[in-house]
Amino acid sequence: MWRTVLRRVLIMIPQLILVSILIFMLAQLMPGDPFYGSLNPNSDPATIERMRHAAGLDLPWYQQYFKWVGNVLHGDLGTSYVVNKGWTVTRIISQRIWPTLSMGIIAAVLTYFLSITQALLAARHENKVIDRVLIVWNTMTSAVPSFVFYFVMMVLFVYIIPIFPSSGTGIDDTQNFSTNFFSNLKYAFLPALTIALFSTNSIFQYLRSNLLDQQAQDYVRTARAKGVQIKDVFRKHILRNAFLPIASGIGYSITGILGGAIFAETVFGYPGLGALFVQALSGRDYTVITALMLFQGVLALLGGLLSDIISAWVDPRVRVK
Amino acid sequence: MSELVRIENLKVYYPVRTGFFNRVTDNIKAVDNISFTIEAGQTYGLVGESGSGKTTIGKSLVGLEEPTSGKILFEGHEVTTTKQKNAINYNKDVQMVFQDSQSSLNPRKTIGEIIAEPLKSFGVPNVIGAGYDGARSFDQTKITDRVLALLKIVGLPAQTVAQYPFQFSGGQRQRIGVARALATNPRLIVADEPVSALDLSVQAQVLNFMKKIQREYGISFLFISHDLGVVKYMTNNIAIMHNGRFVEMGTTNDIFKDARHIYTKRLLSAIPSLDVSKREEKRTYRKQIEAEFIQNKDAYYEHDGLIDRAYDLESITKTHFVALKKEGA
Amino acid sequence: MDGKLLEAKDVSVEFKIDGQYQTAIYKLDISIKRGEVVALVGESGSGKSTFAMSVMGLHNADQTRVTGSIKLNGDELIGLTERQFDTYRGVSVGMIFQDPLSSLNPLMKIGDQIAEAITIHDKQSKQVSQRVQKLISDVGIVDVQRVSQQYPHELSGGMRQRVMIAIALANEPDLIIADEPTTALDATIQAQILDLIKEIQVKKNAGILLITHDLGVVAEMADTVAVMYAGQIVEQARVDDLFNQPKHPYTRSLLRADPSEVNSGDELYAIPGTVPALKDMDHSKDLFLKRVPWLDIAEVEAQIDEKLQKISDQHYVRGDAWKNFEFLEDR
Repeated sequence: MWRTVLRRVLIMIPQLILVSILIFMLAQLMPGDPFYGSLNPNSDPATIERMRHAAGLDLPWYQQYFKWVGNVLHGDLGTSYVVNKGWTVTRIISQRIWPTLSMGIIAAVLTYFLSITQALLAARHENKVIDRVLIVWNTMTSAVPSFVFYFVMMVLFVYIIPIFPSSGTGIDDTQNFSTNFFSNLKYAFLPALTIALFSTNSIFQYLRSNLLDQQAQDYVRTARAKGVQIKDVFRKHILRNAFLPIASGIGYSITGILGGAIFAETVFGYPGLGALFVQALSGRDYTVITALMLFQGVLALLGGLLSDIISAWVDPRVRVK
Repeated sequence: MSELVRIENLKVYYPVRTGFFNRVTDNIKAVDNISFTIEAGQTYGLVGESGSGKTTIGKSLVGLEEPTSGKILFEGHEVTTTKQKNAINYNKDVQMVFQDSQSSLNPRKTIGEIIAEPLKSFGVPNVIGAGYDGARSFDQTKITDRVLALLKIVGLPAQTVAQYPFQFSGGQRQRIGVARALATNPRLIVADEPVSALDLSVQAQVLNFMKKIQREYGISFLFISHDLGVVKYMTNNIAIMHNGRFVEMGTTNDIFKDARHIYTKRLLSAIPSLDVSKREEKRTYRKQIEAEFIQNKDAYYEHDGLIDRAYDLESITKTHFVALKKEGA
Repeated sequence: MDGKLLEAKDVSVEFKIDGQYQTAIYKLDISIKRGEVVALVGESGSGKSTFAMSVMGLHNADQTRVTGSIKLNGDELIGLTERQFDTYRGVSVGMIFQDPLSSLNPLMKIGDQIAEAITIHDKQSKQVSQRVQKLISDVGIVDVQRVSQQYPHELSGGMRQRVMIAIALANEPDLIIADEPTTALDATIQAQILDLIKEIQVKKNAGILLITHDLGVVAEMADTVAVMYAGQIVEQARVDDLFNQPKHPYTRSLLRADPSEVNSGDELYAIPGTVPALKDMDHSKDLFLKRVPWLDIAEVEAQIDEKLQKISDQHYVRGDAWKNFEFLEDR
């Protein structure tokens, strides 16, 4: 088992290199450069050239790449030119990651909780009213663009029934966020709940059909023939088998949790990584953009690794000696 | 009698990869140095339990499996590699019928399309039969006519052409599979457990039918099965396989009347007999053979790692070969 | 009690198909005594597995109607609620299925799957692990410790079927239903499993309902044989009578279709036609006669008695067609 994991980790090295090159190329393809935005009619071309030279932007792309990779490996992701001018990107990200993390975890837990409960209900009452209602509801929430619901929720719970704050994290200096984790939950909850409510569809549909498939399996008949009650067959046999493919998908949801929710954070004015990404994009803050993309890339690879480990852990047939 | 197919020292190995770098450390010897000959117009039986390698031999014959080493000769031409097979248009002469007629027929194609497929790639021979080296026509009306003629031979009505595989029973689908195999006028049909998924009455239909086309057209069969009752009824010659090796080979009579290898005896003793009065006797005999198989293994096998590897075949009569330990060895 | 372990009378099973109930089994009578092996033999679609599922109460209640009477040790099973049925399943009746790989939970260790069969009926049961180990060794598995820690995919087909048998035996049931227990296995493994079932049956003096399409398995195992066609028993006899003096045209046709007893020069008897669809089963006639093309219409369409006729001690046949039935080529 550990051997397999270790091999899997080693395979990630070339993957990481590929991802980093790809991201760097994309960043190069972005029109203009950070100084482009700060240009004014009085700018002296020589000054700009000097600034570009100081930032190393006049070097050939591969030299820039190696310089960038070297810096990244030392934890230096560069300096923001726009969003928080003068701050290191590392500082910005480490500040914004906490709100995103707390909201992401709440959202993920709620999403799984809601979709699993719904799927269980629907599968136990196949073709009954409750099943049909849940199918329609889930189809609807996945068909309508999510920001529509975000606004609805916002209006509903902030203005009509004002039980949640409308925006922010409630703390002035988000740097101390980690110490104020609990007081912040109030702010994280509404966006998290909103995300969860409206993203149950894929897990719901998948788990529901898995549960129905599993009910028709021969081992279920064996359990019934042993005299195991239907509800116990569900709990002890069907559930685990139906969960397998979903459990392995949990690894990938780490990307979603830490990547930040662009729409939700923007709509709810929540200062996480998603909102940061939007800010950085509109300001062409390319050090921040590349750092965030690299972060996402690494998360995606880690998610894949985690998924493989989870599926090997829960399914004896996948375990390799 | 003329030789149709000769297999010489056929080996099909699958590499086993282990360790951190996934290096090939061992081979699974699915087929381990097998030689035999199929005569024209005869049925050759390959018998063995699951994992014995019998299907792998069938697949290598039709080109679904690349041999690791050894030779396959068809009417004297070497057809071991795909290139050699294509050079003499070998696949028109050798066709395969599979066990699972459900999954071996494309569910999205009509029966007409399924049977027309080999006709479209190899052309329509002038006559129906076994083997045809003359001109072949690719004319659409000829293809349509031939599809109908083939359906008639396998006893299915003309409207079948427009229907889909799911509309037929297992026995009918198996006959469709045979019709498709028959389309190119093959000289040899490799039949891999063609009746083991069928009920008795339907099995009888398919077996009778296979014998009939053999009588009429002189087709040879390589009949792969684990069911000794069926094999006894169908074949002229039999090879018994175990762990990728032949343990015994001979005429059907040699095997059923004069089995010498313990593994053959063990298989034979396991066939349930319809003679109720002898069942206690048979059970005792079966247990005795099983005990001998376990205790006396060294007389019949050498050790290859954890695998019992049968000795090389030695001839005991002109037709009968057994894998026994050589005297003094 | 008259020594009858299982007594089924007038059992009919109907499936709801497109909103309509279709008869899959019609007024079936069969009984099994302690220590007796009764084989139910027939082709796919004959209703033999449907009957087994009725005894176990495992049909989907929404889509199935079972009527008549099935008594186990004198207790009526038809009409029981799921909860009531659970006290019989796995306790007085154990069941062995065809495909031992799909019939075991892939995510549960062998030992746990056997243990469940015990603990589900006896929550306070002590020494569960000892009992599990005894069961594993009773079904002829030597490496008890290791096997109980393994998962189904790590075992061979024959080993898995042994495990299934251990599960069926967990509570020493009076009746064991074996539904095609060796169909998925190789010949030598089949022989071993059949011998094991026989051994256990003799040792425990249990009754066995053996469901199979394989006449060879019947000849090896059964004391009494019932041949089923299209949801009804067409002939029932002691095993030697059935093989030596088969009466019903269907039984005789089946025996003629078996290649193991036929010379390779002779043609096998291929029964023409196919088993009728459920909606076409008119049980007032002998449905098999439709598949005997040389009979005249009057005979094929003749109404016959619902019940089997007794023709000698313990030998029963359906209808009258057997009396002057001859194969075309024997005339």
